[in-house]
Amino acid sequence: MKKTGAQVLVESLLAQGVDTIFGYPGGAALPIYDALYDADIKHYLTRHEQGAAHAADGYARASGKPGVCLATSGPGATNLVTGIANAYMDSIPMVAFTGQVATSLLGKDSFQEADITGITLPITKHNYMVKDVEELGQTIKEAFHIATTGRPGPVLVDVPKDVSSAVTEYEDSGPVHLPGYSPACKPDPQQVSRAVRAIEEAERPVIYAGGGVVNSGAHGELKALAEKMLMPVATTLMGLGGFPGDHPLSVGMLGMHGSKYANYAISECDLLVAVGVRFDDRVTGKLESFAPNARVIHIDIDPAEIGKNVRVDIPVVGDVKICLKEILEKLEPRVQSAWNGTINKWKKEYPLGYTENGRIKPQQVIQEICKITQGKARIATEVGQHQMWAAQYYTFSRPRSFISSGGLGTMGFGFPAAIGVQVACPGETVFDIAGDGSFQMNIQELATVVNYNLPVKVAILNNGYLGMVRQWQELFFNRRYSYTEMNNPEFSKVAEAYGAVGIKITSPSDIRPALEHALSVDRPVVMDFITDPEENVLPMVPPGEAINKMLG
Amino acid sequence: MRHTLAVLVENNPGVLARVAGLFSRRGFNIDSLAVGRTDNPTISRMTIVVEGDARVLEQVNKQLNKLVDVIKISDITADEYVDRELVLIKVNADPAIRGEIMQVADVFRARIVDLGKKTLTLECTGNDGKINAFEESLQPYGIKELVRTGKIAMQRGSRYTGFSDGNPKVMGNREEE
Repeated sequence: MKKTGAQVLVESLLAQGVDTIFGYPGGAALPIYDALYDADIKHYLTRHEQGAAHAADGYARASGKPGVCLATSGPGATNLVTGIANAYMDSIPMVAFTGQVATSLLGKDSFQEADITGITLPITKHNYMVKDVEELGQTIKEAFHIATTGRPGPVLVDVPKDVSSAVTEYEDSGPVHLPGYSPACKPDPQQVSRAVRAIEEAERPVIYAGGGVVNSGAHGELKALAEKMLMPVATTLMGLGGFPGDHPLSVGMLGMHGSKYANYAISECDLLVAVGVRFDDRVTGKLESFAPNARVIHIDIDPAEIGKNVRVDIPVVGDVKICLKEILEKLEPRVQSAWNGTINKWKKEYPLGYTENGRIKPQQVIQEICKITQGKARIATEVGQHQMWAAQYYTFSRPRSFISSGGLGTMGFGFPAAIGVQVACPGETVFDIAGDGSFQMNIQELATVVNYNLPVKVAILNNGYLGMVRQWQELFFNRRYSYTEMNNPEFSKVAEAYGAVGIKITSPSDIRPALEHALSVDRPVVMDFITDPEENVLPMVPPGEAINKMLG
Repeated sequence: MRHTLAVLVENNPGVLARVAGLFSRRGFNIDSLAVGRTDNPTISRMTIVVEGDARVLEQVNKQLNKLVDVIKISDITADEYVDRELVLIKVNADPAIRGEIMQVADVFRARIVDLGKKTLTLECTGNDGKINAFEESLQPYGIKELVRTGKIAMQRGSRYTGFSDGNPKVMGNREEE
């Protein structure tokens, strides 16, 4: 049967099991939007293309399925860029489609032309420009295959207008054939045996778990490994929820704003079992002092991560879930040792904490949200102080419940991401924990949540500053608060103007009632918590310092 | 240390930009890069000379491998291999000194490929060292223009950097069966 390129695109999406996309129309995408008009796919119209990219990203993080976004050529495409880079840094499966000017106009600086495949070259796992409608179906198949297998990541498909409107005799072209793409899956048995021996020999082992655990669905294997070997588990920001935060073996998050006991455990361990991580500088601090006395086992699906930042003794390359399963099968259980006692002693000696002073403390708001949702909400965050407090004070007990921009650190990510999360998990409670700075970076998406009645609860920890930058200025730039003070609008009124519920909270005793009210309505709510303005995120490893040298 | 990599890539538009972009973005130093298609028109071969220690080379290999268009990478540095580069040099050559220049050309087994009123254009092939020496020898006459192809290389004997469909791309080389 004859079909247009746009119809081929829609059918290819359906064949991939896609029922939801996020996008924003425009000239070069008109044929695609025409095909979507009566397609069996739910399209969410965001109010900015960046919102569409982050929503697709949030959808992918919450559901484990690839997120799909769509924009037109030129500015539509460039507005996706931050969202694509964000997904790339955090290894999130995403397929981004962009309209493009007709092939006859390419390279002529045509209206709304941008070289989006060139621009996204360093921030996609792979990208395509489809110049022949005959290749469109196969290309889309390849795009989804690449985005979702191996180490996941974003793939962009650029579709010129004459390709989406061209008519073709469409036939399914069979399985993908990519001679240059064969991601590792099963680990080398010899390295597995070496890892087993090292774990059994260790006296002071620690697991350092990251986003790879969540991505591969290895949380069950990780828990089994920790429990069998009685190993304390420190998670990265991306790993939160990959191991239950309330588990006795959990030492919480490590790194720059990690718990003291997590960082001490890393500094004192004799074996570091790194699982689905990439030794990011926000985790390691000064590299030479990171786990200085430890042998390092690094389990990861991406061979290029092995030895990229630190020397690795035992590399185990493969899907984290399969690797952990194989290691687990061969291990003899370990018994309680002095090491476990030391960890528990540190946990008692150096708990997380803050001092109350009559004003709303941001940490307190997070704790209240955790209590009222019993740790079962999906929490998206923006980037900054509130993000770190959410990581520290909310107890995440299941994977895919903490949705946050880790690698790129994108302000404005959380709110549109929460849209994607709410779409993926319709019956669940979804929060966006925000700062007053970040929220304003994609505040236009209030129209989207109202439009589709997505009952996202936004909790702004409003300190009237770009708080994290202000904190660094306080600590390292002599309190010179250069352009970090924010003159904010009345957020509750902004919310109401958009048709959402707005609440302003100024006293600690009003936190709980405000949350109760927010959760009682099945509508989007913006809660504006006016917090202690100069509260700092502690503990903190000063940049470039060893992770056991913490402030606070 | 300098390493010579033979890299087979899919002959897709943008593949050179992908490889070159990877090197610049990750701060790897390319000494030279030569590219052309192979006997299979859908596959191109790059010869990349890269400077770096073992750790850098490991990253170069692994990062290149992550590119979907890269089919196979062989570091042939440790093998016996033939390498060649071609240079074209246009040099000042008044009729009075032409004979002298032609003698230099003879020593290097270079060929004269064009003759101007006041210039000679010479072509020479060889490895790095020979090309450098040839260039130095012509310097005193005044080089007007010079262009080098960059190095291409191939293993000696029956070892080869080949590609058979279905095989995973792996480091190392293949022996003919």
